[in-house]
Amino acid sequence: MLNTKDIMETINMIQEENLDIRTITMGISLLDCIDPDADAACRKIYNKIMSKAGRLVQVGEEIEKEYGIPIINKRISVTPIAIISAASGNPIKYAHALEQAAADCGVNFIGGYSALVQKGFAPGDEALIRSIPQALAETDHVCSSVNIGSTKAGINLDACKLMGEVVRQTAEATQDRNCIGAAKLVVFCNAPEDNPFMAGAFHGVGEADCIINVGVSGPGVVRAALAKAKGASISEVADIIKKTAFKITRMGQLVGTVAGKRLGVPFGIVDLSLAPTPAVGDSVAHILEEIGLEQCGTHGTTAALALLNDAVKKGGVMASSRVGGLSGAFIPVTEDAGMIDAARSGSLRLEKLEAMTAVCSVGLDMIVIPGDTPATTISAIIADEAAIGMVNSKTTAVRVIPAIGVKAGEELDFGGLLGYGPVMEINPKSAADFINRGGQIPAPMQSLKN
Amino acid sequence: MGILAKVSQVCAQYDANIIDVNQTVMDDMFCMVMLAVIDKLKTDLDQFRGVLETLAAENGLQIHVMHQDVFTTMHHV
Repeated sequence: MLNTKDIMETINMIQEENLDIRTITMGISLLDCIDPDADAACRKIYNKIMSKAGRLVQVGEEIEKEYGIPIINKRISVTPIAIISAASGNPIKYAHALEQAAADCGVNFIGGYSALVQKGFAPGDEALIRSIPQALAETDHVCSSVNIGSTKAGINLDACKLMGEVVRQTAEATQDRNCIGAAKLVVFCNAPEDNPFMAGAFHGVGEADCIINVGVSGPGVVRAALAKAKGASISEVADIIKKTAFKITRMGQLVGTVAGKRLGVPFGIVDLSLAPTPAVGDSVAHILEEIGLEQCGTHGTTAALALLNDAVKKGGVMASSRVGGLSGAFIPVTEDAGMIDAARSGSLRLEKLEAMTAVCSVGLDMIVIPGDTPATTISAIIADEAAIGMVNSKTTAVRVIPAIGVKAGEELDFGGLLGYGPVMEINPKSAADFINRGGQIPAPMQSLKN
Repeated sequence: MGILAKVSQVCAQYDANIIDVNQTVMDDMFCMVMLAVIDKLKTDLDQFRGVLETLAAENGLQIHVMHQDVFTTMHHV
């Protein structure tokens, strides 16, 4: 028989502490949709997505009702479109096909308008990258990502330069909608192929035809558990986080298994992540503050985040049979109430965020930068972040939003889960000569690790 | 009529077979955990939940209708 205390704990986590499944994401391979005729390829893509994911939202809602666990997002990721569109050109048509399929399936987002160029541009890659601003301006659901570096390949500096321009152009193209296009565009180093989280989700070519990946959430649950342990030693803090992460991840494992079974699709992975939302009580920054920081961003933040990130993984790995994706604590500034406050007060700055990305799961995420930031400076921000990922053999990413036409001191508000936030200061000195050199930053040594 | 009787009555009405009941006081709150088999439930789970939630609202209670798997998965490996 179940223990009443355990039952009450679970109910409390869901009702009071915002425990939810952040996303169930269906990964769909489009490799069998390649066609030299773009219209024919788009028809095949639409039909395949509808046949695989047509019931995704319905099944997600059924599971929510039956098990009483909120599932916030239902999403789709597909094979990087640059690979699929290479044979025909005209990638914009593919963006519209994805948009149509996403809208008809009823999912929140579809990811995979992507290219992998860490070691150079293959046919189709550059055309797709250059079409990103238009694609994201003309669609609502499509998300885009570009992998410009890896530990094995080094960093493609030409791609860094191009992506700085593309991020700016994407913000400009959606200036009338709070520059939201740039919030749906991620630049990666070491991009994972099974990530269920947007905007960076795509379905890697090494994946099966169709899978279900699950992203869990629950910063509020971790914070509530720590709030009961005032004065505990840091080892006890790590243990509490591990135990809590275990329980959160078990929910993800349950939902993924059930969803896979009902959709007739293999269960892929659980992404062991603490994903915040702008809602009060759902903040990663507040966990760090609960650990003992006056405000996120102050000295000690990197150490506290390193502990949190590691404990989440240790607890989660035990709880799930298959783990993957980004797995760790997310620090998206505009999506986290505590980070927003810290950025507003000046406690959290870009340099500190960069240090934090060295010890947590993603990178410079959802950061609003001044609208007059030159493209070469955005490229340099991307290069810095990619270098952290490349050298430390981890995923890093950049999702910055140049606030075109917004004055310093003002804020951008994207609405919903994407949140809102102040324009953050950047270093005004130029890195243009560095970026304009072009070429490839060589892959790092894998020994002599100091 | 007591809480147990009221909830049991709804369960009986919809053929939810109660196989275990546990009552305790936690943090000054009366907590009742009822384990019911819903194989022969006369309606779907969502509607059954709705009926119990209405009962809860009318009596100043909170009733959560959740699948047992949620608790066993979270607390047992």
